[in-house]
Amino acid sequence: MPRRWIVVLKIIVWALCLSPVSWLAWKATHDLLGANPLSEITLSTGHWTLYLLLITLAISPLRKITHLNWLIRFRRLIGLFAFFYGCLHLMTYLWFDKFFDVHEIVKDIYKRPFITAGMTAWLLMFPLALTSTGASIRKLGGKRWQMLHRLIYASAIAGVVHFWWLVKRDLTRPEIMAAILTGLLAFRIVDRFVTLGPSRPALMSSKQAKEVEASGVSPG
Amino acid sequence: MLIKKASDIPSSEITPQSAYMNRRSFISGAAALGAGLAALGGEMVKPSEVVRASAKLTTVKSQFSTTEPETPFKDITNYNNFYEFSTDKYGPADLARNFRTRPWKVKVGGAVAQKKTYEVEDLMKLAPLEERIYRMRCVEGWSMVIPWVGFSLSTLINQVQPTSKAKYVKFTTLMDMTQFPGQRSQVLDWPYTEGLRMDEAMHPLTLLTFGLYGETLPNQDGAPVRIVVPWKYGFKSIKSIVSIDFVGSEPATAWNTAAPNEYGFYSNVNPNVDHPRWSQATERRIGEFFKRKTLMFNGYGDQVASLYNGMDLKKYF
Repeated sequence: MPRRWIVVLKIIVWALCLSPVSWLAWKATHDLLGANPLSEITLSTGHWTLYLLLITLAISPLRKITHLNWLIRFRRLIGLFAFFYGCLHLMTYLWFDKFFDVHEIVKDIYKRPFITAGMTAWLLMFPLALTSTGASIRKLGGKRWQMLHRLIYASAIAGVVHFWWLVKRDLTRPEIMAAILTGLLAFRIVDRFVTLGPSRPALMSSKQAKEVEASGVSPG
Repeated sequence: MLIKKASDIPSSEITPQSAYMNRRSFISGAAALGAGLAALGGEMVKPSEVVRASAKLTTVKSQFSTTEPETPFKDITNYNNFYEFSTDKYGPADLARNFRTRPWKVKVGGAVAQKKTYEVEDLMKLAPLEERIYRMRCVEGWSMVIPWVGFSLSTLINQVQPTSKAKYVKFTTLMDMTQFPGQRSQVLDWPYTEGLRMDEAMHPLTLLTFGLYGETLPNQDGAPVRIVVPWKYGFKSIKSIVSIDFVGSEPATAWNTAAPNEYGFYSNVNPNVDHPRWSQATERRIGEFFKRKTLMFNGYGDQVASLYNGMDLKKYF
């Protein structure tokens, strides 16, 4: 994939990732968020955090299946946008729901399993966002960096559990998300099982390793 | 302009129902055509603005009304928990548009001396219609102030004369998958049922409700007849009722059956008893930015607290 195309695609991905929050902002300023706008903002930012997390997790399997190695160059970007929406979502909770009442927040995290799960999901994303730069990979060393970034699996699981536990009755959406996440995680287990046969090939070609470092991404 | 009271209109002037219905279908056809033309012209017509079959109701004021500012009509009619149509709160407004509320019968039976099936028009005439502006607190943590129209359910109960075997009242919503797409999913055990203890049902605050904002109920708000029990979470106020039965033991209710640990039979608004998954101490009043404290019995404690004297409200949540 020529560099120029990557740049064009990156611009498109940026625009796509920013569209949900732009749409929300537009609706908010045009009084189109319905009767309960604050709840709408919370729900929407939460949904997009999960969608983008799942897309991030889909990139490695997609790359393995299609052999389109350049896909990996988008993983960090989309992963960071997942974190961005996660931060907005957390912010709406801290602000619109708790009005920064620390005592109430701590009590909530302790008392309510779905808040505990959501908070866990965000906390697990935080170090990944912090170490998302190429410099961090060099500093930590590829192996350790990769280990650290496996936290994304735990974060995604906690995120889906958070969604599952908060839904009042209609579980359709969390069920779909859980199914997709299970598929994405199962792919990795099967892939690993197959790859770890007696004649184990190199996990990454040196070219792939370079691409990964160039884009500063989480593990497959 | 002289506005005649309902009783002044001679029956010869009343439009026969068939003509009325034909006119309705003509109007909705014309509205659809108009919407189509408008769309062609690049103009947007919001579905909620399409003509609806609503009629003005003559009401008297009630001492039970709150003076708090009323939630706008647009919010009360576009933000609805009505799972028979959709689990999405913005869904019912559109999905309920063609819901048929006439003819509509309400069967009153069980342990009563006078079993009777009422046409909804007759039911409405049992007593003068009152405007009752009530707070409504949803179990999900939001609330509204709604000007309902109706009269105390006790009026109907007195008329049918319950026997000594009647300890509870059970209400049932219409079962009709062709009109209620949500009933095709297993999200609740259909038809929706609700129940009240006899003294709760007889309480003057418990409203047999036919209207909203001075007009007949919009379909998405439970037309043509529903119950409103303002000191209980919203789901207790069952919509689109087709039968009312007087029974000897606590009836099964839809949400209690679905999740007994989360939704009790009583479901009185209580800031001290949390939902197992979220707090009930505060609520967001629709239209307000800050949350407000939830009041015991939704602020109707003076009137209803005595119904629960000596009861452990943590146990009987």
